[in-house]
Amino acid sequence: MWNSKRLILAHFWFAFAGFGIALLLGEWQMFIRSPLAAWISDPDLYYRSVTAHGTTMAYVLPTLVAMGFGYFVTEQALKRPMIGLHWAWLGWGLAVLGTISAIVPVALGRASVLYTFYPPMVGNAFYYIGIVLVVLGSWIWVALMAVNLYRWKRDNPGAPVPFPMFATVAGAYLWGWTAVGAALELLFQIMPVALGWRDTIDAGLARVFFSWTLHAIVYFWLMPTYIAYYTIVPRAIGGRLFSDTMGRIAFALFLVAAMPIGIHHAFEDPQVGAGFKYLHSVFTGVVAIPTLLTVFTICASVEIAGRLRGGRGVLGWLKALPWLNPAMLGTALSFVMLGFGGAGGLINMSYQLDATIHNTQWVTGHFHLIFAGAIVIMYFVIAYDIWPHLTGRALGCFGLMRAQLWLWGIGMIVLTFPWHWVGILGMPRRMAFYDYTNPALASLAMPVIMSVIGGAILVVSGALLFLVLLRGQFAPRSEPEAYRFSVAVRPPHRVPAALNGMGLWVGLMIALTIVNYGFPIAHAIATPGTAVPAVMVGERP
Amino acid sequence: MTDLVSQPAPDPAAEHAERVEHRWATFAVAIIVLLVAVATFAAFYHTAVPQARVETVNPRTLHLAGEFIESNLGSALDADGSVTVRVIGEQYSFTPSCILVPTDTPITFRMTSADVVHGFLVDGTNINLMLVPGYISSLGARFDAPGERLMPCHEFCGVGHEGMWARVRIVDKAAFVALATRRRRLSCVE
Repeated sequence: MWNSKRLILAHFWFAFAGFGIALLLGEWQMFIRSPLAAWISDPDLYYRSVTAHGTTMAYVLPTLVAMGFGYFVTEQALKRPMIGLHWAWLGWGLAVLGTISAIVPVALGRASVLYTFYPPMVGNAFYYIGIVLVVLGSWIWVALMAVNLYRWKRDNPGAPVPFPMFATVAGAYLWGWTAVGAALELLFQIMPVALGWRDTIDAGLARVFFSWTLHAIVYFWLMPTYIAYYTIVPRAIGGRLFSDTMGRIAFALFLVAAMPIGIHHAFEDPQVGAGFKYLHSVFTGVVAIPTLLTVFTICASVEIAGRLRGGRGVLGWLKALPWLNPAMLGTALSFVMLGFGGAGGLINMSYQLDATIHNTQWVTGHFHLIFAGAIVIMYFVIAYDIWPHLTGRALGCFGLMRAQLWLWGIGMIVLTFPWHWVGILGMPRRMAFYDYTNPALASLAMPVIMSVIGGAILVVSGALLFLVLLRGQFAPRSEPEAYRFSVAVRPPHRVPAALNGMGLWVGLMIALTIVNYGFPIAHAIATPGTAVPAVMVGERP
Repeated sequence: MTDLVSQPAPDPAAEHAERVEHRWATFAVAIIVLLVAVATFAAFYHTAVPQARVETVNPRTLHLAGEFIESNLGSALDADGSVTVRVIGEQYSFTPSCILVPTDTPITFRMTSADVVHGFLVDGTNINLMLVPGYISSLGARFDAPGERLMPCHEFCGVGHEGMWARVRIVDKAAFVALATRRRRLSCVE
């Protein structure tokens, strides 16, 4: 039944290799703009680094992890060989090719546009072609997830789709649809200019398109993490999943509500009116609901584990939890970061409060705490959990794993809490240099140095990750027992059709996207005179 | 929500679990409703809303005609006693680079970009706007106390982004009005 081990390992190794390099770049960026370093004589080096860091961390790492983990779930949850292995390798190949195509012009200074593109600035065409190739590779994955689920349902009429597969396919459809926004921006706005066919861009329209992708992509990053919360953690710590149904509802809600909210990234923009900004603000509130449901279900599942292990009383079960288990530790640290990050996010999504922190270091702090913190720490937990089943060799060094997870959690908090603080003080983000001798900026110096220390802790944690995985590669062979996902307290015998497939939710997702984006896009297209001259980046005279 | 699922005859523990789950789901929805209600109240009662209207402008002809010609940039004292500040952002500076505004006066910022996307915030305030070429960004504000504040560009706008800092000088209202009688457009130069 196992025909995709090497495929999955290839996805994870490529993701982690990119992660390792981008992690070092990130720490260098923290250092070079801190008071510890002298003025960077060529600021373009900094923006090349930011572009490479963002592109790798936002597009390569989570996409490859979601794809690899998705293939793993397909075989393990459906308990049969995956259909379309050759296609899956093609998807991986496109992602690798795309990454190389994107990174070369960035390294050469021909595409310092940051991973959020910022038209009317336009860089070298190969940067955008690379991103498109990565997305195309991931769309093959989306299609394979759909095909595998469809065939399984055909062969098992009426049976409940295994929850891990339900959740994985929800994530795949979310990504398939949300990537369309950036694809429209790239194909119709940026690439015609990059290829020299046109010399104007509608910057406002392009920003609306990008916002279509910009928020739901975060929920795509989140999907493997949430799937791990529901389907790995309760089993790994010896408990049960509190509710299979609530899990399905949460993922269905993510699919519907994560999409039509991206304009909350454009509250301060002039190309969208106040009405649609308000609508997107409200829907951003709605998408907090599946997260709140998840927090309840996972805490309840963990409590079950604590009580099964003999914990008594209101808080006694906490002490009985297997704290030395990396899955337990990783989840706890992830929840702490999710809590703080989520609270910060409620400020970002607020129609009014956002103006205080928009585009300050607060925002950098927020998405690092949520993505690099709460989400990525669970990527490590996933890797530790499935690695022995991929390599056929045990990962023995639990102490190292715990040290790695602790350092990641602590490092991320030391990095991001000062970032939030300087953001409130008004420190703008994405600058290669700050003049800390200016009395108005002097108070930023200490928190910025703390962030540099936080970044250094993260680098150590990253090194430990590679140490753990490489040591595992050289451990003696030992066939692990069959892989198991978490079992619900009351496993479903029959699931209503709505929660056994995606049709309804995909329909709602597309309908809500049309309602919430239809007018802003149509309006931006119909407004005359908004095509502005493109500004080429990195051209040598 | 759980009644969507048909399950075998429920036992008391299962019923209890379902009740707790329901209660949490209701609580979660209530939190969000409250947050949205607060924002809605502020929006409609205090008119605390982002820019309401979409206005366009041609970045290629800013210097030739319209409200963003050079002689019209800076702070203008309007007939109703309010002040309108017109500023252009371009790689890599704001014009004017030091903005003069009075205390205790309704102020409207009207700004646009001559080239790429810029943005700005005023230190220690919630004044925060994106500048997108082709569009006019507009925002109302009011300053309580005199002083000088930094006004950095806060959106990546190219290799010189780090150097794009302007200032806002807030002066006493009477002093501003006195200056405004001598010149129709003001900046820190006066």
